[in-house]
Amino acid sequence: MQALIVALSALALAAVVCFVASPLLRGPAPVHDYAAGDDAARLAALERRDRALAALKELEFDHRTGKVSDRDYHGLLAGLRAEAADALRTITAAAPDAAPRPHARPARPRRAPAAAARWSRR
Amino acid sequence: MALLGRAALIATLALLVFAALVGGYAALRARRDLAESARNALLASFATTAAASAVLVAGFVRRDFALVYVADHSSRQLPLVYTLAGFWSGEAGSLLLWLLVLTGMSAIAIVCNRRLVADVLPWTVPVLAAITCFFAFVLVFVSSPFATQRAPVNGAGMNVSLQNPYMLVHPPLLYLGYVGLTIPFGFAMAAMLSRRTDERWLVAIRRWTLTSWTLLGVAILVGARWAYETIGWGGYYAWDPVENAALMPWLASTAFLHSVMVQEKKAMLRVWNVILVSLAFWLSIFGTFLTRSGVVNSIHSFSQSSIGAWFLGFIAIVTAVATVLILKRLPVLRTPSRLESLASREAAFLYNNLLLVAFALTLLWGVAFPLVSQALRGQTWSVGPPYYNFFLRVFGLPLLLLMAVGPVIAWRRASLRSLARGLGWPALAAGLAGALLLAGGAGSSPPGLAAYTFAVFILGVIVLEFVRGTRARKALGSANWAGAFVSLVARNRRRYGGYVSHAAVALLAIGIAGSSAYASSASARLQPGQTISVPGYTLRYDGTTFRRGANHDELRAHLAVFRNGKPDGSVAAGKNNYHVEAFFSNAVAIRTDWLRAEDLFVIADQFNRDGSVDLRVIVNPLVDLIWIAGAVFLVGSLIAMWPDACEKRRLARRTLELRLARA
Repeated sequence: MQALIVALSALALAAVVCFVASPLLRGPAPVHDYAAGDDAARLAALERRDRALAALKELEFDHRTGKVSDRDYHGLLAGLRAEAADALRTITAAAPDAAPRPHARPARPRRAPAAAARWSRR
Repeated sequence: MALLGRAALIATLALLVFAALVGGYAALRARRDLAESARNALLASFATTAAASAVLVAGFVRRDFALVYVADHSSRQLPLVYTLAGFWSGEAGSLLLWLLVLTGMSAIAIVCNRRLVADVLPWTVPVLAAITCFFAFVLVFVSSPFATQRAPVNGAGMNVSLQNPYMLVHPPLLYLGYVGLTIPFGFAMAAMLSRRTDERWLVAIRRWTLTSWTLLGVAILVGARWAYETIGWGGYYAWDPVENAALMPWLASTAFLHSVMVQEKKAMLRVWNVILVSLAFWLSIFGTFLTRSGVVNSIHSFSQSSIGAWFLGFIAIVTAVATVLILKRLPVLRTPSRLESLASREAAFLYNNLLLVAFALTLLWGVAFPLVSQALRGQTWSVGPPYYNFFLRVFGLPLLLLMAVGPVIAWRRASLRSLARGLGWPALAAGLAGALLLAGGAGSSPPGLAAYTFAVFILGVIVLEFVRGTRARKALGSANWAGAFVSLVARNRRRYGGYVSHAAVALLAIGIAGSSAYASSASARLQPGQTISVPGYTLRYDGTTFRRGANHDELRAHLAVFRNGKPDGSVAAGKNNYHVEAFFSNAVAIRTDWLRAEDLFVIADQFNRDGSVDLRVIVNPLVDLIWIAGAVFLVGSLIAMWPDACEKRRLARRTLELRLARA
């Protein structure tokens, strides 16, 4: 019984070592720098756009439920539209051909692109 | 077997040291192969910790008293279910449970977020591994559950307070809550280290925090129920340092769960949110330090040991690292957004945060005061319930009021007219309830009356919010009212789940106010046939019985209950004598009237040689609303934490746009 336990433990240990070492066995990995200036700025603009769009949606619903008065609604609506438009301008100015429609339902990506670029092998 | 357990723990420590050091190097140098290897090491550490835990469980099942820990926390007479709970009934076992939960949660968090925050994960792995290293180190070098001895004939048994069904779930729930707060901290530190402080790390940790917060809240309530049934003083919460230790991180997490919405909606409070995540984690570690080090006297503190100094060192390192990192990343975290109006949803969240954090820090000061006084004056002074009750009113009542007002205030700014429209009916209902209660004699406790009134205010606002929301959804095209209601909740689970949780807090406030401010009690020494009366009840002592249990003897005083003069069943209160542990414990009788949410609570303080018994009878009005609030709280939390498909789509769209922009 004890011998079996020792043998199983040794096997388990070997499996753990293989599991941990497996990424190192695939060959040398490149070194990349953290240089995400463009990505960070673009991401910030996308977040700003999404925030403004979500706020517009919520404002609309709050207005319907009576939480926001007509006067407040019109005042806030103009500000939020301007914010969303400004964010969209920033995004399209950076990549006029690349930005898809904000409400398009995309395919599920396999990995965040910024990370994929930085952490991928050449 | 002990050797196998020790080997598994050493392997865990080795894997975690590897993950911390190699992972840190990989993150610094952006080495993908090393980062993946470190990640695998962190994942594997869960397997090795699970193996160590399995060895300890096997030791308990086999009643292997050659293991010192098993012998100290179980006996041959102990029922199997409590024998298994022996795993976490002592210091070393509970630390092993902590390590198991922490490695498990870390593994799940890493796997679940591998796509969402792929660029933050290389830093998350070493941060989580470094934190986990501490617990593995303590288990390997300071407090091992696998120390061996020549096996005694029988074990020392288990602390009898722990031999209660609630103790089977309370410690694991508490640890899940405590440990869960490590994950948000790990992600927050990693986001700052990687300078990726955009919204994604918040999305990654929000559900974790919500889950930990829920588990911690439920654990606090289960612990309160255990204290209510087991300690036998008629109460459920005594502001004990160890109880407060669980409440403090819960309050900090509550503040975070509110302020995170401000960051999501308005990109504000980014520094504050990182501080709150760090504070919640810090308080969870501090709570463990209190429980495990034996530095405070508490009925819940089961161990006196030398690991306190290690915990103190760990807390100091965590504090220093988090503070330096937050200060260094202030330029990245600061945002230009400002409050547009003091009457806005975000302002209400800010007020709520200030009150919650102030309350948590007040509790911290109360808990730490004996330590501070000992360090400064050489004398141990402690603060008692009056201190905590005072601050509960000072911070709790405004929080209740904010909970009522907050949901009806719009984001950015709200006009007086719309506020009046949202609050008019609930305020009227609360005013009426207050007047009725005052007329009914509830004015004897002004804070209790205020709590009742505010709770009605909160419930009124919540009902109105659901009604108006459902009506709006119906107008937007839902086929029927039920469909409109489901659509309302499904489209904004966090908001409406939050409202259900608010309702739970309102019920809790009513329960606490009712049971603490309006309880009545009576004590007497009764001979068989004599009676004792409390408002609404009369109890007649009919005699005693004796019964031999599996590992204890039971002595019970039997009492016939009369409600308003009519017979209404019987109750039996008494004492248990545990043989192995050589300990007497109270076995209180609780008779629950669910319709009135009221308990008749009977304690047999002493059985006398002349056949008489010293009895204490307490009527706890509305106390059962506290336990009902727990169930409502759980429902609200589940609604709020249910995955949001819209958010997933939004994040996926954003990721795709970034990818296209790079292409």
